[in-house]
Amino acid sequence: MAVIKTENLSYVYGEGTPFRKVAVDNVNIEIDEGELVGVIGHTGSGKSTLIQHLNGLLKPSSGKIFIDGEELWLDKSRLRPIRFKVGLVFQYPEYQLFEETCYKDIAFGPKNMGLSDAEIDRRVKETARLVGLSADILDKSPFELSGGQKRRVAIAGVMAMEPKVLILDEPTSGLDPKGREQILGLIREYHQEKKNTVMLVSHSMEDVAKNCSKILVMNSAKVFCYDTPVNVFHRSRELEQMGLSVPQITRVFNRLKAMGYDFGEDVYTVDFGRKLLLQVLSGEKKLKE
Amino acid sequence: MLKDITIGQYFPGNSPVHRMDPRVKLVLTMAFIVMLFMSSSFYGLLVGIVYTFMAFAASRIPFKMMFKSLKPIIPIIIFTAILNILFVRTGDVLWQLGFIRITQQGIHTAVFMVVRIVCLIVGTSLLTYTSSPIELTDAIERLLSPLKKLKVPVHELAMMMTIALRFIPTLIEETDKIMSAQKARGADMETGSIIKRARALIPILIPLFVSSFRRAEELALAMECRCYHGGEGRTRMKQMKTSAVDYVSIVITAAFIGAVVVINILV
Ligand SMILES: Nc1ncnc2c1ncn2[C@@H]1O[C@H](COP(=O)(O)OP(=O)(O)OP(=O)(O)O)[C@@H](O)[C@H]1O
Ligand SMILES: [Mg+2]
Repeated sequence: MAVIKTENLSYVYGEGTPFRKVAVDNVNIEIDEGELVGVIGHTGSGKSTLIQHLNGLLKPSSGKIFIDGEELWLDKSRLRPIRFKVGLVFQYPEYQLFEETCYKDIAFGPKNMGLSDAEIDRRVKETARLVGLSADILDKSPFELSGGQKRRVAIAGVMAMEPKVLILDEPTSGLDPKGREQILGLIREYHQEKKNTVMLVSHSMEDVAKNCSKILVMNSAKVFCYDTPVNVFHRSRELEQMGLSVPQITRVFNRLKAMGYDFGEDVYTVDFGRKLLLQVLSGEKKLKE
Repeated sequence: MLKDITIGQYFPGNSPVHRMDPRVKLVLTMAFIVMLFMSSSFYGLLVGIVYTFMAFAASRIPFKMMFKSLKPIIPIIIFTAILNILFVRTGDVLWQLGFIRITQQGIHTAVFMVVRIVCLIVGTSLLTYTSSPIELTDAIERLLSPLKKLKVPVHELAMMMTIALRFIPTLIEETDKIMSAQKARGADMETGSIIKRARALIPILIPLFVSSFRRAEELALAMECRCYHGGEGRTRMKQMKTSAVDYVSIVITAAFIGAVVVINILV
């Protein structure tokens, strides 16, 4: 069964003012358990607005949302438990840190869930390990840390709630390539270890192509497609028309195909491209005529 | 949510009222307030009401925005009405119970005051609907500039006001964002005792303060990088110019005030 399901979900900002803006337009998606979903779309396409619906922070202007089969907004008192089920990490989450120590900040979510002290302690330590924070950092003030470390503390704060679905809004924005790789790595590890559902909003096709099992493409408030990376990048022409870049390696292979070297498969990660090239060069595999 | 605050909400547009010089608009708004408080009879007030409606119609702002601007002060209006009804004790007695005495004069004053306040709020919010905060502070700075001779730091005050106004929406947005983020971590701000709710504000206020300080520092740096050093010798991108619209509105307003004066003398 789908953990997340939306029916004709629409959201309008500033209804009844001159600033009226349809940010999400008639979205129908079903996300299955255990997926690692990448959400892409150009600036202002409604990604952040869409994901804020999934844990009841925004109330849809029309349409329905189901989490684990339970309809949101039927009963307002059920919103809080659902927020524990769907963890949401905002863009620049380090700006929400407030406690004296990182330990306390990570413990904020679990504490709100009403867990026992022992359980809170276990979770804080476990997520700290998962995101690569050493024990001495836990006792420091979050305001003394570097940007990348702050980001990890903030992400850990949501992970420690052990939500069934973890949603991250551009978790790598504003980090250097190494920092990005580390954050993506820890998300991947978390996904593999917990086997739960993860949604990752990103601007980078490369990151999404490399990490995700499904891709949700948003285009001007609508869902353009929700499919596996192969199928999504198969439509690279359309993606480029929308102003979205496909991974560089895909472009290289598309160009090769245009020049008459058809490898017969869609390539969207460098690793796969290399494998394919090596196979063809060593004669294991033939080019398509 | 927080976004619904309309005071100071600017509605971009190109109506005659929008095109007026903000300085003239500001002065005329003050004249309008004087007009409201000058009128001593219902006929005088009627002139004020007509003026308000005319100005609103000319601005092409939807009329329902009138009610939106009134919403936050409904308690004040009700309070004023009750106060006047109960404490004006002169005039014909309409109804009496113990020491509560409602008189005709009381009702009269209450209605009078309510109409006055409503016109006042609607009229002044038209000023903020049709001029951006930046235009307004610029206008204030220009109008107060004679005070510079008295060593009043007019430019600095106006700059502070501009910055404060500029950052109100940013702060609101930021508060919204932080609130959402903490709610996503299960923060509960809506239930519990007052003390519990006050404590629930800590996770919002601390990040808000931290980011305000960061922002102030960045802004100061950015201003210095662009060689800002106070108002001395600063020129403006948008020159304020009075034009035909302004003269027409001045004449119309003067006529209305004249009407009120005449009514005051006659009635
Ligand atoms: N609080 C708000 N009030 C009014 N309009 C908003 C608000 N937040 C977003 N919008 C508008 O809704 C649209 C979708 O915004 P959203 O933040 O969901 O886009 P996004 O896909 O997350 O973009 P980005 O990649 O830049 O983060 C945008 O056009 C934006 O201008
Ligand atoms: Mg966004």
